[in-house]
Amino acid sequence: MARTAIPGRLTWQQATVVETRFDTPQVKSIALTVPGWSGHRAGQHVDVRLTAPDGYQAERSYSIASAPEDGYVVLSVERLDDGEVSPFLVDELRTGDELELRGPVGGYFVWDEPLGGPLFLVAGGSGLAPLRAMMRHHRATRSEVPVRALCSARSLEALLYREELMELAACDPFDISITLTRVQPSAWRGYRRRIDSDLLAEVAWPPADRSLTYICGPTAFVETAAAGLVGLGHDPARIRTERFGGTGVQP
Amino acid sequence: MTRYDGNAIAGTLEDIFGGDLTTAACVCGQCGQSGVVAEIAIYFGGPGIVARCPYCDHVLLVITRHSGMYCVDVTGFAQLSTPSALA
Ligand SMILES: [Zn+2]
Repeated sequence: MARTAIPGRLTWQQATVVETRFDTPQVKSIALTVPGWSGHRAGQHVDVRLTAPDGYQAERSYSIASAPEDGYVVLSVERLDDGEVSPFLVDELRTGDELELRGPVGGYFVWDEPLGGPLFLVAGGSGLAPLRAMMRHHRATRSEVPVRALCSARSLEALLYREELMELAACDPFDISITLTRVQPSAWRGYRRRIDSDLLAEVAWPPADRSLTYICGPTAFVETAAAGLVGLGHDPARIRTERFGGTGVQP
Repeated sequence: MTRYDGNAIAGTLEDIFGGDLTTAACVCGQCGQSGVVAEIAIYFGGPGIVARCPYCDHVLLVITRHSGMYCVDVTGFAQLSTPSALA
């Protein structure tokens, strides 16, 4: 198939880094401006392409962690020590640098206000990125859809967007639960275990509420959460999943 | 090999088919289960991208790329609704 430039066709664009910030010791959020950005839906991705001086190219797919209303495209990139792309993005990329990307792509793992709820968002590790976009979109549009979120992280230090989650937890339509699976502060009052059927039963909406569920994280996490919810009587057709969102999947 | 899902290749699929394919309905050619492309199993690491049925492991889709040209085999699907060129 010839790759001709049809208007509206997916093309590589130059983005410029406007700010970077470590959210955890392993995850850096990178804010980008993209000239002519067409806008995105909460939960969509972009593909990022790096070109080495010898012409070798590597591509990765990252979830957009910002809301459509935010003004910047934010990617939260987890450093994978054996990665081809993430060590560069996390350790080398500076404000003012350019980055090649294409998108937004993907129309399945997205939430907009008309899709309604109640919402149940389940995040494992950096799988929180696209769900954060949904929560920010929810707030920006002053949606009244009730939201329950369950975020799983190894430790408090490894929990992405920690302060933002605390702020959200204080807002009315949001009910945020956090489980720390390996290390907990001594006074920790959240959950302290890996996600399982009992935890889901405690935190999820009752199946009769017909919640719309989004699960994102490492593959095993997503499988456990989805199977757990179906086992509790949730309709599989109301559960959308994404495996390894945000962690730089090689397309 | 790590299993991902169809969301991970949204960009590649859009590049090939000219529109979002992750929401497209599909039917497995072996077991007959239906679903959406976003939920099929995706594996990287071979010479290209291999998509398998999440129920029976049947190979649904193989994508390889040589000097900028994609080679796409979709014969593992019994049915695949590709996006309209006018969408
Ligand atoms: Zn099958």
